[in-house]
Amino acid sequence: MRTILEIKSLTMDFGGLRALDHVDMDINEGEIVALIGPNGAGKTTFFNCITGIYAPTEGDMIISRPGKKKTRINGLKPNLVTEKGLARTFQNIRLFANMTVLENVMIGRHCRCSSGILGAVFRNRATVKEEQKVVEDSYMILEKIGLSEYVNEVAMNLPYGAQRRLEIARAMATEPFVLLLDEPAAGMNPQETRELDDLIVRLRDDEKVSILLIEHDMKLVMSLSDRIFVMDYGKKIAQGTPDEIKNNPAVIKAYLGEETDA
Amino acid sequence: MEYFLELFLGGLTRGSIYALIALGYTMVYGIIQLINFAHGEIYMIGAFTGLIVISVLTLLGWNQIAILVIASVAAVIYSCAYGFTIEKMAYKPLRHAPRLSALISAIGMSLFLQNYVLLAQTSDFLPFPCLVPDFEFWEPYSHIITSPELVIIIATTIVMILLTFLIKFTKIGKAMRATAQDRDMAMLVGVDVNKVISFTFIIGSATAALGGVLIASHIGMVNFYIGFIAGIKAFVAAVLGGIGSIPGAVVGSLVLGWTESFFTGYISSDYEDVFAFLFLVFILIFRPQGILGRSETEKV
Repeated sequence: MRTILEIKSLTMDFGGLRALDHVDMDINEGEIVALIGPNGAGKTTFFNCITGIYAPTEGDMIISRPGKKKTRINGLKPNLVTEKGLARTFQNIRLFANMTVLENVMIGRHCRCSSGILGAVFRNRATVKEEQKVVEDSYMILEKIGLSEYVNEVAMNLPYGAQRRLEIARAMATEPFVLLLDEPAAGMNPQETRELDDLIVRLRDDEKVSILLIEHDMKLVMSLSDRIFVMDYGKKIAQGTPDEIKNNPAVIKAYLGEETDA
Repeated sequence: MEYFLELFLGGLTRGSIYALIALGYTMVYGIIQLINFAHGEIYMIGAFTGLIVISVLTLLGWNQIAILVIASVAAVIYSCAYGFTIEKMAYKPLRHAPRLSALISAIGMSLFLQNYVLLAQTSDFLPFPCLVPDFEFWEPYSHIITSPELVIIIATTIVMILLTFLIKFTKIGKAMRATAQDRDMAMLVGVDVNKVISFTFIIGSATAALGGVLIASHIGMVNFYIGFIAGIKAFVAAVLGGIGSIPGAVVGSLVLGWTESFFTGYISSDYEDVFAFLFLVFILIFRPQGILGRSETEKV
């Protein structure tokens, strides 16, 4: 299996606070990898570093998109990271609430377009054609993710589960090869969580994206993941298959605390 | 009744003018939450550029309408360059600084541009030729609204329609709306936010410059200081309508135009500005978010 995302010794300091402490991680092609840990462990900071929202203090982040050369993505701006093929969703829903479902997806699609501002102003034939393609592609993505019934609804009027899926649809519109999901099941009921489980597996199998997810729903994590990384206080404390993690003393300690004699 | 109609159309003309300038304020505010106080100066620079081009072309003896069109285009291009450069020089380095810093930078930019034009040109009022001819077909109605006023209203309407189309249906328009709603998220779905911000400044400058040429040609004179009062009025209009909202800027401008027109027409023209600002005070007391603005809950 090929490694497609390699994080080496990633460190992030906020003033005197070390939020990430030399974290190593790798994701292989076609894998679903979960990142778990107690609150405040640095999981979201880790995502923010990878996607360019923060510039890490130290460390290397290397991607190798299938069929392309290895590239470092340290210090790239978020929009360039997205162009390189990493897309993400957020813990709290961050859709463009006043825009329609279709528009939300189209925006994600636009970064794969070549026509520039002049095209938008003068509407030459290539631009018009490309715009049509964007609309078609967007419809297709919405259909795959099961949102076709909402195409022209304004995003904020969607039911909660559908909003979560729309976030994934918008991320998928940028044609990522790694999809980073930050607590995708947060606030979902068991039925919605099961659907999400199916959706994530389908994305991996049909769309050939590898998935890195942060999640607190252990049932979902254990059933989905090929491998699990565990973080606590900014450090990676364990990694392995779901079974290995379940029985790892360091993980149990981080979640439940240490037994003390007294 | 005819007097009422005259005031109504006069107000519409004023409102259109304010709208051309207010759009720039409101779009920039929508995208980077900055009151761009140098915006009025862009309008003034547009008017001056127009005047220079007109003077040269008039010497060459060109057709009036052709001169007006070329002068407008030249003013728009030149002002766009200014708008673009101002953003890069005065605001972009302060993108992550507190909002007050950028605001002060804007005021500084405004003072700088006023004094730059004062030194480069003159402190006198310069006559600006009215290039819109009195159309013959409009003769019967010209006692209610003159041809230049008609041209202003039509030009503004066209600009509004184009802008609405641009914002609603094009790629860059969607990127602008996305950036206005959530800048970080827009970046994460691949929007080049710097490009969007530059584009916003360019569009705002273009409409302001067009306004500059049309208004100077309507009023008949320019001076380095005209951007200040025009900028303040347009700012009032943008706040009236709800700053950040594009339809709001248009509605606010028209309301302001009509208020001024009716009050000066029926009461006294000495207090034109007083009425405008009094109106602002009342709007701010009773509806601080503006006519079409949404009340903002502070995000944590």
